[in-house]
Amino acid sequence: MAERYKQQGALAHLHLAARTAEGPEDASVRLIERPFQGQINLRGEIGDEAFRSAVESVAGLSLPETPNSFLEQAGRRALWLGPNEWLIVLADGEETALAEALRAALAGQHASIAEVGHSRTVIGLAGARAREVLRKGCSLDLHPRAFGPGQCAQTLLARADMILLQADDRPTYEINARRSFADYVWRWLEDAAREYGCALVAE
Amino acid sequence: MFLIQCPWCGPRDETEFGYGGEAHIARPAGPETLSDADWADYVFMRKNPKGVHLERWVHRHGCRRWFNMARDTYTHQVLGVYQMGEPPPGPEGGDG
Repeated sequence: MAERYKQQGALAHLHLAARTAEGPEDASVRLIERPFQGQINLRGEIGDEAFRSAVESVAGLSLPETPNSFLEQAGRRALWLGPNEWLIVLADGEETALAEALRAALAGQHASIAEVGHSRTVIGLAGARAREVLRKGCSLDLHPRAFGPGQCAQTLLARADMILLQADDRPTYEINARRSFADYVWRWLEDAAREYGCALVAE
Repeated sequence: MFLIQCPWCGPRDETEFGYGGEAHIARPAGPETLSDADWADYVFMRKNPKGVHLERWVHRHGCRRWFNMARDTYTHQVLGVYQMGEPPPGPEGGDG
């Protein structure tokens, strides 16, 4: 694992924390970077009771079987990525221990555990016009009847891969972007949100 | 541009998908006994119909799963999608 004091967020060069006072008071879009999430890509057969129960007892999470949805328990999330693939999201620093525990519990089973958190950054997008911002670069139907809280999707934002997640119906979205695309995605979001009034938020 | 019904993720934009060519091409059982012509037929020769075509697609920017699709190459109408390993539905069923 990388030495933590050397860790630098994917958007550190933009000095976002210094710009939080810039946005208008009545901003209807708020943007925030949430770097350093622990993430584990987990693959296995959900129909296999040994796999399911091992994950539930070790990670304290149920894996969602409904496509494009996620489950949240005790601050941890499990996102559906495919019929035999999930993304476990947890606090930074916890992923190594959990990955080791999962490897031990799933030893001998047909499963795969990979820590992928450092390959991505998470951009939070919230506010009354957040949906309009996303619609400019995402072909997914984001209308509340089609995509609501508790749902996630792997899709494209302005031609860049993202994992989109809707946390609540204000609406608050989280965008998982690849680290190498983070600068592009952030600048694109800021540009797309400008007409609605965009404020940068500090954690 | 058309909407494709991913068997897992539901309707998604065509730009999320990759095309994998003609479906249901089985590798010959005994390649060492095959003539050059038969081998070339397996490796290179593909149908190019004007009409219904059975083809492989991958949801590249989504769930990254492969699936089969029946598509009309003339109208671009997607007639159906089905899982890998499944026989094609409908009148094309005997074709696999």
